[in-house]
Order: sequence, then structure tokens, then C-alpha cells
Amino acid sequence: MIRLVLGLFILAFALPARAAVDIQTLTTPGGIDVWLVEEHSIPFIALEIRFKGGTSLDPAGKRGVVNLMTGLLEEGAGDLDSRGFSEAREALAASLEYRAFQDVIAISARFLTENREQAVALLKSSIMEPNFNQVDIDRVREQVLSGLRSDKTDPATIASQTFDAMAWGDHPYGSSGDGTEESVAALTRDDIAAAHRGAFARDRLFVSAVGDITAEELSALLDELFGDLPETGTPLASAANYQMTGGVTVVPFETPQSVAIFGHGSIKRDDPDYIAAFVLNEVFGGDGQDSRLMTEVREKRGLTYGVGTTLLPMDYGEMIIGQVKSDNSKISEAVKVIQDEWAKVEKDGITEEELNHSKTYLTGAYALRFDGNAPIARIMVGMQMIGLPPSYVTDRNDRVMEVTLEDIRRVAKRIYQPGNLRFVVVGQPQGLENTN
Amino acid sequence: MFRPIAFMVTLLLSSAPSWAANVTDFTLGNGMEVVVLEDHRAPAVVHMVWYKVGAADEPLGKSGIAHFLEHLLFKGTDELAAGELSATVSRNGGSDNAFTNWDYTAYFQRIAADRLELVMRMEADRMRDLQMTEDDVKTERDVVLEERNQRIDSEPGSLFQEQSRAAQYLNHPYGVPIIGWRHEIEKLNRADAFAFYQRYYAPNNAVLVVAGDVQPEEVRKLAETYYGPVVPTPDLPERIRPEEPPQLGERRIPFSDPRIAQPYVIRSYLAPERNSGDQVQAARLTMLAELLGGNGATSVLGKKLQFDTQLAVYASAYYDGVSVDKTTFGLIMVPTPGTSLQAAESALDEAVAEFLAEGVDSQQFERLKFQIKASQIYAEDDIQSLARLYGEGLTTGLTIADIEAWPDILLSVTEDEVLDAAREVFDKRNAVTGWLMPTASAEVMQ
Repeated sequence: MIRLVLGLFILAFALPARAAVDIQTLTTPGGIDVWLVEEHSIPFIALEIRFKGGTSLDPAGKRGVVNLMTGLLEEGAGDLDSRGFSEAREALAASLEYRAFQDVIAISARFLTENREQAVALLKSSIMEPNFNQVDIDRVREQVLSGLRSDKTDPATIASQTFDAMAWGDHPYGSSGDGTEESVAALTRDDIAAAHRGAFARDRLFVSAVGDITAEELSALLDELFGDLPETGTPLASAANYQMTGGVTVVPFETPQSVAIFGHGSIKRDDPDYIAAFVLNEVFGGDGQDSRLMTEVREKRGLTYGVGTTLLPMDYGEMIIGQVKSDNSKISEAVKVIQDEWAKVEKDGITEEELNHSKTYLTGAYALRFDGNAPIARIMVGMQMIGLPPSYVTDRNDRVMEVTLEDIRRVAKRIYQPGNLRFVVVGQPQGLENTN
Repeated sequence: MFRPIAFMVTLLLSSAPSWAANVTDFTLGNGMEVVVLEDHRAPAVVHMVWYKVGAADEPLGKSGIAHFLEHLLFKGTDELAAGELSATVSRNGGSDNAFTNWDYTAYFQRIAADRLELVMRMEADRMRDLQMTEDDVKTERDVVLEERNQRIDSEPGSLFQEQSRAAQYLNHPYGVPIIGWRHEIEKLNRADAFAFYQRYYAPNNAVLVVAGDVQPEEVRKLAETYYGPVVPTPDLPERIRPEEPPQLGERRIPFSDPRIAQPYVIRSYLAPERNSGDQVQAARLTMLAELLGGNGATSVLGKKLQFDTQLAVYASAYYDGVSVDKTTFGLIMVPTPGTSLQAAESALDEAVAEFLAEGVDSQQFERLKFQIKASQIYAEDDIQSLARLYGEGLTTGLTIADIEAWPDILLSVTEDEVLDAAREVFDKRNAVTGWLMPTASAEVMQ
């Protein structure tokens, strides 16, 4: 593959719809807000459900409990044991996926029109009345522990966990939401049941749907699905304090290629400068066109297969971070080039030509994101969570086009802070020393 | 919750939808095959050119040249500067990429439907008019070495897979890694790349797949304009690769690397592939893999090893029949702590033996068939995957009729046929068994 497909970063920017997308915003009789796009040409529905909170809700000493609890939702519910649940899901040819992230629990459902009611009943049962049988807890716990053991010998995971711990300290952002071998081993059924009670509530619910369903049918479906949810749950996490200084941290690890994670604090998603910062990052380290970092580190010098940066505005803290992998003998040069580019963009911003290219890419790419029912539903639920109105779909390209070179210069000085840039390098890097 | 292991093959059930009416195909005068898949729901298009050449077609000692050439295709032509094609695509709001397999190499762009002509003009240009400087070649070789560092040398599971394939295929080039052996990549040069390019990059060795908001007639006109004049390679040889000699005994690889935190056992058997007009055996093996390993809670291996005996954290089976020559059928078992690799392998063998004795669970078989029917509905929603399905099929010897017949062939498989296929494929004399562990002394392989 000529270019790495960056799966590392969460897409932090809600992207607009194709012109043809017709978003209906509804409030069900039961009071649930939902966005819907009707698409009757294929007989199935994609439903995207989000509960704010995620692994940031883990109580002290119980790191990993939200993750383990989420993994158990599909392991038996109501009258069905683990196998019974999976058999029922297969018999419907439905897909029900449950994933815990640091700020959110995401439930993605896809089911056929012909057995919609049964699929929704199964989904409801998994959210409202999971069994949490001890035998299932023990089995899934072993799977989580297996992953945690593998993390210990994975340089990229070591790098990001070291970086996060230095950046966020004791806040949940400072550690893996999967927990540690010790914390996960100690979790009890009571801990899991408590995490379940606290995670799913009406005050943190967001939902969107795309597919073969009318507004009326969807309203009834959601009131049935969420009618029994409690009004509120565990209080959400508090703001995180970014506490890392600039410099280089080397974590020795025997491997031919070093992995570096780099970055520093950044701005919030609702900051007035966010769109300018997003456009600027596209030029500097984005993946839409040949970014400055790809040009300097890969194309001109052959130091890496892939390098990129992203803005990461999380719910309780913000970063701009990047990743590069380079042979142990070359990583110090890659680090130097990135440091120089960081300083250069802070000082001089970007050229008018770069700005214009980035605008044409970003505004042109806009329609291409909407390639299927589930992707459209995911984009809509993401917009709801960060408080964007449906009209953003039609305004967004105008906002990108309005960004001026002046905005970029101002924002570049604000976003890029060469003195605060920290590299965490895992490997046996030649010519790199710890600083600070 | 178990994280997938890098080389596990998924999406066994992906199949073409039933709306054959929206597929149009034709062949240009110079031999280039064209397939158009219509989906008018969004104003976007995927434009892909697939070449019937891959890593298994490389000259001896030049491993990695097909993949290296794929990188060099971005280095410019008589009309395009290095990087200009990708830059032009992104400046028009699109994205592009490419990939290399043993049997094919493909280049694609996703872009607004009204820019199809732009990408087609550039793609046609680089089919024959590639140019690259020695400097470009040298720098890009460093990039490929870093890619190898990242994908293979930093991943012990991938390193093992290279060794395993090399053992599986003694004589057939599927035993050579797509990215190439490091010592051979280091010596690849411009002349090697050019020779390979001039021979294989030709309209009569390519398939064009255009999918999205397009009309077949419009695609035909554009294809005739841009690809039509491209000169074919005369006398392209048939793809006949060296065949495997009979395997006379199981091959076993004890593989240790301190970066392996979670030991596991994996075994692959040489297995038949899908062939034009002859896909039945592959369909039986596809159903077998789904029954044995499809879903942890309902599959045979998951039930027996994760639930009943609780000796596995994860157990599964995999098979991909899309291949020019013989492919592999695989079994994997990740043991729970305290279960030795020897005990894991024995339990895996026992589970398969029990399955052969007990037969297929009819209810599981029915559920699987319903899922195949449903997958045809879901497939309509993902035009890019569909384009890929056609490209892979048509560059590995299948026809459009074969691709469209596949779901029905899967649905016609019987329980007895699955068991027959299992008895045939599970022959240890055709197998490579690997133990992956942190240290050589962790366990002694029998």
C-alpha cells in the first residue's frame, strides 16, 4: 500500500452531509431527541446510540470496569445466556456492537426491516437487563487480560500510554480505559453491575438512525427501546489538567523501528478558532493531501512510511498529537525535522497556496464521507454530541472557505508551541537522549 | 473482546448483492475489461484499475518488485510530476491509494462523480508513460524498507506468518512475502522496476472498475477516450506458476520472540481455491470456516474451547478462496493462562475430530444461510467493498457470472458436503503448524 491508512486517530471533526441528505430532527412522544435520514431503497436500518461518559466514569481503583461491563452486554441478557444471545442475533442476521471509549459508550446496531421488532427487543434486553453471569465475567476478563499482556510488548501502545500518563496524570485520560492487569483481575460482579447502573441514562443519551424506517415508526421504536432508562447516572468526569512540558522521553525497548508519539495541549472543539486550526492541521500533518510532514519526513528523506498529526478535542481536555515510526538509526533525524517544521509553522504560518489547496480538498471531500447508512448515522450522532445543528451540514463548507491567511497566522501562533512539544520515543533510538 | 490477530481473515461472507441489473461490463478494443457498478444515492465515484500481476509473478530473487513498483507509480509520468496525481486528486476533494497482493495490484481514487474524467485521464497516463529518477527510486526504497520495518519486523505475528508461508509453499511463489525479503528489497533498482512495469502494465492485463453515481454509457465513452488508445503488450504469457510438489509430512515451526506476550498455536492446511465454473469446493470450505470459527459464542471451536473446556481465550478458523492458485485453510487457538501450547494443540485437534464425528448443527447451519441472504442486502450499502469484490474476482480468474453465482453456490451447500470437505482438507501431511511463544525454552515442540 502506498500510504498508510491512519486508523490511529478518532475523527475529531464532524463532517457535513452531501447536499442530498435530508435530516429530520424529531422528539419522540417519550421525549427522546433523534436525527433521522429516511433511506427506503435497501430494507435495513442503521442505528447509532451514544452514552456520554465512557471509561472516564471508572471509579477510583476500578480502572477497566466500564470497558469490561460494555464487553459483557452481548454475553447474555434476560432469558438468554451468552450462547443464546449470540444465536438469537445470528438468527436475525443483525449486527449489534458495543464499544467503550474514553468519553463515550458506543452502540452500533444494524438490522433488517423484516425482523426489526425482534432485533430491537434483543438490543433492549442487552442494554437494560444484561445477566453478568460469573462464568461470562471470568471468560471475558481473560480476553481483556490477554490484550493487556500484549500491550506490554507493543511499542506503539507503550508510547501512547507513556505520553498520556505524562500529559494527564491521575485524570482517567492518563491511563488506559482497559485498566491494568491488577485492576481488572480485582473487578467483581458488584463493581460491574454498579458501572452498568451508572453508565446508561437519559441525560447522556444521543441517537441517530438512517434507513428503511419512517419518523413515526422510529419514534415508537425508540420509546420502546429507551422507555425504561433511568433519568440520570454517575456524574460525568471533571476537566483534565494538561501537565506535560516539552522535551524528549526515551523508553528503551528492543525493536528495529522506534515509535514516537508527539504533541502538546490544544484548543476545545467549540473554540471560535477551531475551524482555522483544523484547516491548518490539514496542511501541516493531515492525511488529505501531501502534508508538510509527509513531504519533509517521507518524500524528501525516506525516513518513514507514514507521519501525521491530528487535533484531539476530547470532552475534558484537548491535545494536538502525532505519530511517526522510523528505523532506530533514523528516528533522531525524523524528530529533528518535525521539531523544525513545528517551529517554522508557528513562526510563518502557511502560504496562501497551501491554504487554498487545503480548502479545495476539505470542501470537495465533503460529500464523500457519506457513503452508506451507518457512516451517515455516525456523523449525525457525532454532530449531536458536540452540539452542532443540522444546518451545519450546509454551512460547514462556507466556514472553511471563510478562513483567512490572517486567521491562520494568529491560530498558528496559538496552536503550535515548539517549547512545549514533547516526544515519547519507544525503541532503541540512536542519538536521542532524555531531556527534562 | 479478544483483539483480532493481524493476519486473521474476516468477512468470509461478503458476497455480491442480487441486483445484477446494476452491473454492466464490456471490453475495449485493446483488451481492457471494464465493469460499471451503479449506485446513485450519493454523487461520488470509485475509480479502480486492477492489474493481473502481483508478488507471485515476480522474477526469482526480485521479491518485492511488484509492491515497490506500486510505490513508484506515484513518481510521475511524461505529463505528471512526481506526486502530482495524488495532489490533483486531493485538490479536487478526493483521496487515492493503491495495494498489492500476490495475484493483483490495484490503484484507486474516490472522488466527486463529476471528476471521473480527470482521474481517468491521469490513471491512463501512468499505465504506459511512467518516468522516475534514480533519486526518486532510492528514497522510495527507503520508504518501503520503513514500511517493512513497520508492518513485518515490528510485528512478531507477521514475521511468523512469513516463515509459515515459506514453509507452506516450497515451490510456489506464494511462499515469498508480498513486501519482499529485506535483503532483496535493499537491492531492487530502477531497471528491475521498469522491466516489470513494461511487461505487465498494459490494457490487456488490466480491469477497470468504476462504481458509484455514473451511467455505463458515459463510462464507456470516457474509457474509450482515455484507455482505448493505450497500446497492449503482445503475447502476454498465461499465469502459470511453479506448482507445489506433493507434501509428504507435516511441517512444524517453533517460533519465539520476546515481543510475543500471548502465546498461541496456529495451523494452516493447503486448500483449493475458487476457480471459474468450479467454486463448489471453495464454497464448502467457506461454510466450514464459518461453522468452525464464525462467532466465538456460537461457532464449533468457540463453543468447545472457549465455553465447554475453557482452554482457549480465543479459537477460530479462517479461509479465503479468492486466489489464482492453491490457498490455505487455517485454525488458531489462543490458550488460557496455564494451558500449555501442547495441551492447546491437542484440544484443537480433538475439537475438530469431535466435529467430524458429531456432524453439523442444523440450526447453526440454517442461521448461517440466513446471514448469507442478509449479507446480500447489506452489501448494497457499501459500493466500495463491492467494487473491490469484483476487482479481486476478475484478477484471480473468476468471471462476473462466477462472482454473481457465489451466494447461490454457498446456499446450495449441504451439511454432508461440509463434512466431506473438512475430511479432505484436514490432512496434517498438508499442514504447517506453528507455536508462537516468548522464549525458545518456553515449551518444547513435539
